[in-house]
Amino acid sequence: MRAQFVFSEVWIGLKRNLTMTIALVVVVAISLSLLGTGLLFVKQVDQTRSFWQGRVQLSVYLCTKLSASPQCTRNGPATPAEMASIHQTLAALPQVTSVIYVSQAAAYAQFKSEFPSMVSTVSPSEIPNSFEVKLKNAQTDSSIVEANVDGVPGVDQVVDNSAILNKFYKLLGGARNAVVVIAIVLIIAAILLVANTIRLSAFNRRRETSIMRLVGASNFYVQLPFLVEGVIAGMFGWLVASALLVAVKSLWLDTLQQYFPFNVQLTSTDLIEVIALVMILGVLLTGATSFLTLRRYLRV
Amino acid sequence: MIHFDNVTKTYPNQSRPALENVTLDVEKGEFVFLVGPSGSGKSTFLRLVLKEERPTEGRIHVAGRDLARLTNWKVPYLRRRIGCVFQDFRLLPSKNVYQNIAFALEVIGKPRRFIRKVVPEVIDLVGLEGKRDRMPDELSGGEQQRVAMARAFVNRPMILLADEPTGNIDPATSIGIMKVLDRINRTGTTVVMATHDAAIVDSMRKRVIELEYGKVVRDQSRGVYGQAY
Repeated sequence: MRAQFVFSEVWIGLKRNLTMTIALVVVVAISLSLLGTGLLFVKQVDQTRSFWQGRVQLSVYLCTKLSASPQCTRNGPATPAEMASIHQTLAALPQVTSVIYVSQAAAYAQFKSEFPSMVSTVSPSEIPNSFEVKLKNAQTDSSIVEANVDGVPGVDQVVDNSAILNKFYKLLGGARNAVVVIAIVLIIAAILLVANTIRLSAFNRRRETSIMRLVGASNFYVQLPFLVEGVIAGMFGWLVASALLVAVKSLWLDTLQQYFPFNVQLTSTDLIEVIALVMILGVLLTGATSFLTLRRYLRV
Repeated sequence: MIHFDNVTKTYPNQSRPALENVTLDVEKGEFVFLVGPSGSGKSTFLRLVLKEERPTEGRIHVAGRDLARLTNWKVPYLRRRIGCVFQDFRLLPSKNVYQNIAFALEVIGKPRRFIRKVVPEVIDLVGLEGKRDRMPDELSGGEQQRVAMARAFVNRPMILLADEPTGNIDPATSIGIMKVLDRINRTGTTVVMATHDAAIVDSMRKRVIELEYGKVVRDQSRGVYGQAY
């Protein structure tokens, strides 16, 4: 095997139809990065979902002196007796795993740590005390539990955190679907482009290949430069795609988090996983297409 | 070395066979002229030897191998034992003389040390001393054909097939080409040359096989071109 010979042939091939090669690299880059983005979205949703599992799923906010809702102005702030009865009601429900009381001071402390920039605008008395409820099954149980405490004296409002989460899922899910559809269309374009580039390359070098066959070069030797050519173009596309994926993660997915009441960032391991997966796909895509095209155009 | 046993070749969509019931033997070390008008089946004969085509009927043995039993992936190894020269030279215009010849060895994976040793030898054999760095467009037709012959012979094939090697070359230069072919033949290589060139056939006095409409009409040792007419 003469590696130097193969690579010089590859270089000649890539240079001869430079415009096709560039088009190929661009399309592979875009399709791979879109596909990778879709995968990152899936990972983000999964991560957020598992982050939320085993955390507070329902917050029952209690009336304070400052609460403006009608049931609070009618009854005044929640009395210790009311609070005890609400706690009991919640704890007695079979759907509930645990109930934790969060006092105004504790809530303020938490708020301070989560939103340090906004501390000056809020005083401790403005933040209501609450019960944070963990459910056995967030999807099915939240409405049952909510019905049991909603409107009970002393309860200001019940907030279902999974409802907020659902918005996030919906947003990412929709984006993912759009991105995957575009990626599939582009992958088809990439396949056609690879086939076309290889065909052009085979045509450009029909003299060389006919002589190679004549003097008894094995099929492998005749086809290898073309195969390597396709795969190298695919690898360049993949490199560009990797850069784009890093950008998608750090500039988009990570900043998206600030609009939601949690912060689940994907780790670099997740990103590397997606980039590696996309590389395998890119190599398979360009390699297999080159190979199949060659079988048609470089017969013995 | 080449053995045809009742070989018929009919191309798809053609009623008349290109070769019909051809039976012949070419022994090791022979020099054979294949003569006949265009369309008589000379090129089909050469293509069958290379297994570029398959016979419709009959058996072909080349270098001791039954071509019908040769799998596709082994065909390249058959072709390494057969050199080929054509009327249109088929050189690579972007490579010089040395590179054109070395190409034939590079693509079958020969080590560079070996290539550096044998290519200059074969350049001398075909009489192109001192022209190893010329590009094909700087050479005359006869010189280009010498390069093609060097490329065909550099891997020391058992058989050399020449399809009208003097077809594009003037008579005076053709004599030089024939001398090289004769020299190659003397190393023990079997040479089969398809040609229209009566003067060459007559002057060489080698075995002549004449084809007409795909049939062997004459097979004569030490023959001449036009005897049948």
